[in-house]
Amino acid sequence: MSEEYENKSGYQAQSSETITGSAGSTPDIDYVRPAELPEQDLYHGHTFITKWVFCQDAKVIGVQYFLTAVFTGIVGLILSWLMRLQLGFPGLAGFITAEHYYQFVTMHGMIMVVYFLTALFLGGFGNYLIPLMVGARDMVFPYVNMLSFWMFFVAVAILMASFFVPGGPTGAGWTLYPPQTILEGTPGSGMGILLMLVSLALFVIGFTMGGLNYMITVLQARTRGMTLMRMPLTVWGIFTATVLAMLAFPALLVSAIMMTLDKVIGTSFFMPTILKAGEVLEYGGGSPILFQHLFWFFGHPEVYIVALPAFGIVSDLISVHARKNIFGYRMMVWAIVGIGALSFFVWAHHMYVSGMNPWFGFFFATTTLIIAVPTAMKVYNWILTLWRGNIRINTVMLWCLGFIVTFVNGGITGIFLGNVSVDVPLSDTYFVVAHFHMVMGIAPVMVIMGAVYHWFPLITGRLLNETLGKWHFWATFLGAYSIYFPMHYLGFIGVPRRYYEMYDSPYMTSAVGMNEFISLAAFLVGAAQFILIFNIIKTLKTGKPAPKNPWKANSLEWHTSTQPPEHGNFGERLPVVHRWPYDFSVPGAKDDFIPQTTPPSEVVNTKVEKT
Amino acid sequence: MSDPKIDGFELKPGFRGMASDTGSDQTMFKGVHWGKAMMWIFLLSDTFVFSCFLIAYMKGRGSTPVEWPNPSEVFALEAFGVPVPLLLIALMTFVLITSSGTMALAVKYGYEKNRKMCGWLVLATAIGGLTFVGMQAYEWSKLIHEGVRPWENPFGAAQFGSFFFMITGFHGTHVSIGVIFLFIYAYKVFAGHYENGGKRGWFTTMKGDYVEIEILGLYWHFVDLVWVFIFAFFYLW
Repeated sequence: MSEEYENKSGYQAQSSETITGSAGSTPDIDYVRPAELPEQDLYHGHTFITKWVFCQDAKVIGVQYFLTAVFTGIVGLILSWLMRLQLGFPGLAGFITAEHYYQFVTMHGMIMVVYFLTALFLGGFGNYLIPLMVGARDMVFPYVNMLSFWMFFVAVAILMASFFVPGGPTGAGWTLYPPQTILEGTPGSGMGILLMLVSLALFVIGFTMGGLNYMITVLQARTRGMTLMRMPLTVWGIFTATVLAMLAFPALLVSAIMMTLDKVIGTSFFMPTILKAGEVLEYGGGSPILFQHLFWFFGHPEVYIVALPAFGIVSDLISVHARKNIFGYRMMVWAIVGIGALSFFVWAHHMYVSGMNPWFGFFFATTTLIIAVPTAMKVYNWILTLWRGNIRINTVMLWCLGFIVTFVNGGITGIFLGNVSVDVPLSDTYFVVAHFHMVMGIAPVMVIMGAVYHWFPLITGRLLNETLGKWHFWATFLGAYSIYFPMHYLGFIGVPRRYYEMYDSPYMTSAVGMNEFISLAAFLVGAAQFILIFNIIKTLKTGKPAPKNPWKANSLEWHTSTQPPEHGNFGERLPVVHRWPYDFSVPGAKDDFIPQTTPPSEVVNTKVEKT
Repeated sequence: MSDPKIDGFELKPGFRGMASDTGSDQTMFKGVHWGKAMMWIFLLSDTFVFSCFLIAYMKGRGSTPVEWPNPSEVFALEAFGVPVPLLLIALMTFVLITSSGTMALAVKYGYEKNRKMCGWLVLATAIGGLTFVGMQAYEWSKLIHEGVRPWENPFGAAQFGSFFFMITGFHGTHVSIGVIFLFIYAYKVFAGHYENGGKRGWFTTMKGDYVEIEILGLYWHFVDLVWVFIFAFFYLW
């Protein structure tokens, strides 16, 4: 195996003199510090197993994460169809009992938040884009990175296995609140909840391995000239989300361990004294509220673990497709970091109805409203980036615009719910369902879709079909609004969430028709996603080959030696970075974009930003 | 970081200097090995795990209606016919802190490329850790013998046993993992895997280097530090 370890010729650290060929002829303005570290040498797989299965190439791992997450996402989508079938047309599908309904709700929530969105943004886009965008050959610990994916894969397998155990998956709601989660009478309180907890613990362990990779690659393995303030916002978003995950997932791990012990060996960490049918259970003296605190200390940063990568990616997409530099880059970076930090101080706004000291609620309402400030700054900056831009209304841009609208919409209802006195009556209604689906369901998914259309040519070398893409967008966008806009109204008239059926309660009659409408829209939106799958299959078979750098972007991933990039990413020499990735439509420049690798001496008479 | 100059990058003094070299290209922490940076960040994450455990313990102890057992009675050890409070725990703490000392020396000799001394000291650390785990096993069996279980105990609140076994068990797992790695690393040091440019790992291209001893050392010191907190919260409170 020794030849695998051979350094390829030229994989050596280059000083700036050798890059330009002759010493002394380098213009001073082009000077970039020499490399601090020797080149990373990589394990190149030779067999099918080492190249595509147990692969150490971050790009392959990224695609593996992506496909696994999409698979779980489709399961989550089908569950949502079943829920809407029951809600819109109660009793139509006889096999959906109340127990099944709760199991669908629980699994839909957990799958979408943790196994779909988190894994897709950090595992999928993070793995694929971080090394390429910061100019590294690979993640810093490729072996650990591979283990991270396979740990995630096992976690997903265990989660899916819980559909097939006696009693089925847990039906305790995605928040898994004790004590009812592990007590008899809750669906899946036997094997179902146990497999869920084991799966979550494995997910956290697997994610920690990946997260260490993402963080150290960003911190310690950037290429020459890539300063922190020249990184694309995508990397900033994914990086900050990873930091949040590294600090928030421990709370989930701890609560999973403690609940497993409560379930398996009968400790009472979260279990108070309980009377059941007149008999006192073995449990006693525990605190259910403790679980809620631990869960939401994880759960709220989790919202931003999903949102921050979306913020970062959408900033890059908007900038590229509006041919304008991102407005207020540094403000955007600090907003991401600020939102990340604040997200650790707002968790109890999920617990207003659990009962708490009014001053405690006051504190958390205040911090919650403060977090709207950096978030609003980001929205203004996206709009100001579009302002007088040379906007290309292609599929990617449509998804970005859809994101901004949806996100603002979900954000505004968030301000309602952040206030204790407004939250208490609305908390257990469909208003909350509409709010969080808008802000952390539809909005991030729109970014994912935009990112798929944007980076598909990089990953496969083919451009997705635009016509199908636009159909996909309009069906999803209009359909999603048809689902969630009426839901706000359902919340205002007091329709409670989590209910299996409204039966004949007289004050709900106006909700019946609306529920039917929402369900029909949900079926359509779900079906519309198969346009994308069809588009991908069609493109892979007959799509037109993408030209190099089809969107004329500046960031490093489009400036690799081959497209799609090979293992090692950048051919013989690592790129040297001279500028930020947002030099679009620079006055005086020959093209409307200046790649990050262009040295200043080539663009002397232009008005480029100093970065 | 003894040398403030790393490949033409001069670390500037003061807050401004810190900001400039933090935001500079290539690396944020100049001259810091990837593995070492990774271990620090992992330990930060692990700190949150233990903090969650200990905060949960405080909350659990505060909210249970039954009286909490008196630690100096529960953890007393009979020596020469007299019950001495915290005797075993004092010994355990002493052994673990001592092993931190031998670990620190191992790092020093590693960087001096003193293979023999480094290897023996890593081995001594491993044996110290093993002794700690052994004493903990003894303490557990003693408590179990007296009727303490995770779900009940004869001295008071049931949560006492729950938190005690869970948190010391979680910490003991950390120590045990550390011990396993210490033995492996002792072998690697003696076998010379860190000499002459280093031997590559299995299925990876990472080359061995004495910095790995320091990385393992960071983990070991962290495990010791966590023990100090567990000691304070369980045995002194």
